[in-house]
Amino acid sequence: MNGKTRDILTYTLGFALAAVLTAIAFGAVLADLPRATSVPVVGLAAIAQVIVQFRLFMHIDLSRQKREDLHLILFTCLIIAIMVGGSVWILYDQATRMM
Amino acid sequence: MTRTANRHPGLNLETDHYVDQPRAELTIFGFWVFMMSDLIIFACFFATFLTMDNPMAKAGGPGGAQLFDLTSVAIQTGFLLCSSFAFGLASVSMKYADGRGWTILWMAVSLALGLGFLTFELRDFASIWAQGGTPQRSGYWSAFYALVGLHGLHVAAGAIWMAVMITQLAVFGPHAVVKSRVLRLGLYWHFLDVVWIGIFSLVFLRALA
Repeated sequence: MNGKTRDILTYTLGFALAAVLTAIAFGAVLADLPRATSVPVVGLAAIAQVIVQFRLFMHIDLSRQKREDLHLILFTCLIIAIMVGGSVWILYDQATRMM
Repeated sequence: MTRTANRHPGLNLETDHYVDQPRAELTIFGFWVFMMSDLIIFACFFATFLTMDNPMAKAGGPGGAQLFDLTSVAIQTGFLLCSSFAFGLASVSMKYADGRGWTILWMAVSLALGLGFLTFELRDFASIWAQGGTPQRSGYWSAFYALVGLHGLHVAAGAIWMAVMITQLAVFGPHAVVKSRVLRLGLYWHFLDVVWIGIFSLVFLRALA
């Protein structure tokens, strides 16, 4: 298999996986599952699709050549976890106290 | 053919492209720094929206469950995903020097799909607005237009950039500088699709579940 076929297959696989994961997320909502089931399904499908697109569309992997870039992405995730997680936690707590 | 090591994130050009590799590596790393700081901005808008997604912040007004249109969101998601894929094919055709015609064709397809996304998004905004979901109605709708509108502005900027790159490819051909710009536009375009996953899951599907 030459490089071109491999590159096209990578994008096609990414596209197919992303389409399936999107269909699962929309399907869970369309099927009128109870909220306690559909929300986790949508969340997990979203996380899986983000990983699929980073890996197959943006070609991020764990190889040594791209360590710096991976560190950049992981550090960004840490900052986001602190800021988003912190804000949501504190404000939801406030909201429940004010109800 | 042996698999050459990736030198930077995103699609790598082969060494016979006469692109100054260390420089390409540096500019693409710089572009990743920009994208990741942009991601932090998006994350803050997501945090704002999530904290506004409670009965108090809706101030007695309508919520997403009443005003969102699942079909339209699904169409927009399809448009953006296909657009991202079409750009991937444009990058591959550029990497293997299939001729600038193929690259321009796939980029034009990608641009048309991106414009389709924007059309449906604006139609959605108009319909939500007409039903009383205006930014001044409640904190919930302010945060909604800020987050989804910010993504829409990014897509509009990306569409302009893509039109410029199609012109540059047509005028200058696959010049090294042009190719390096197309690689960065590709990363930006895939990145916007990743942000959209967060938007359709956390904003639209969460409200309609």
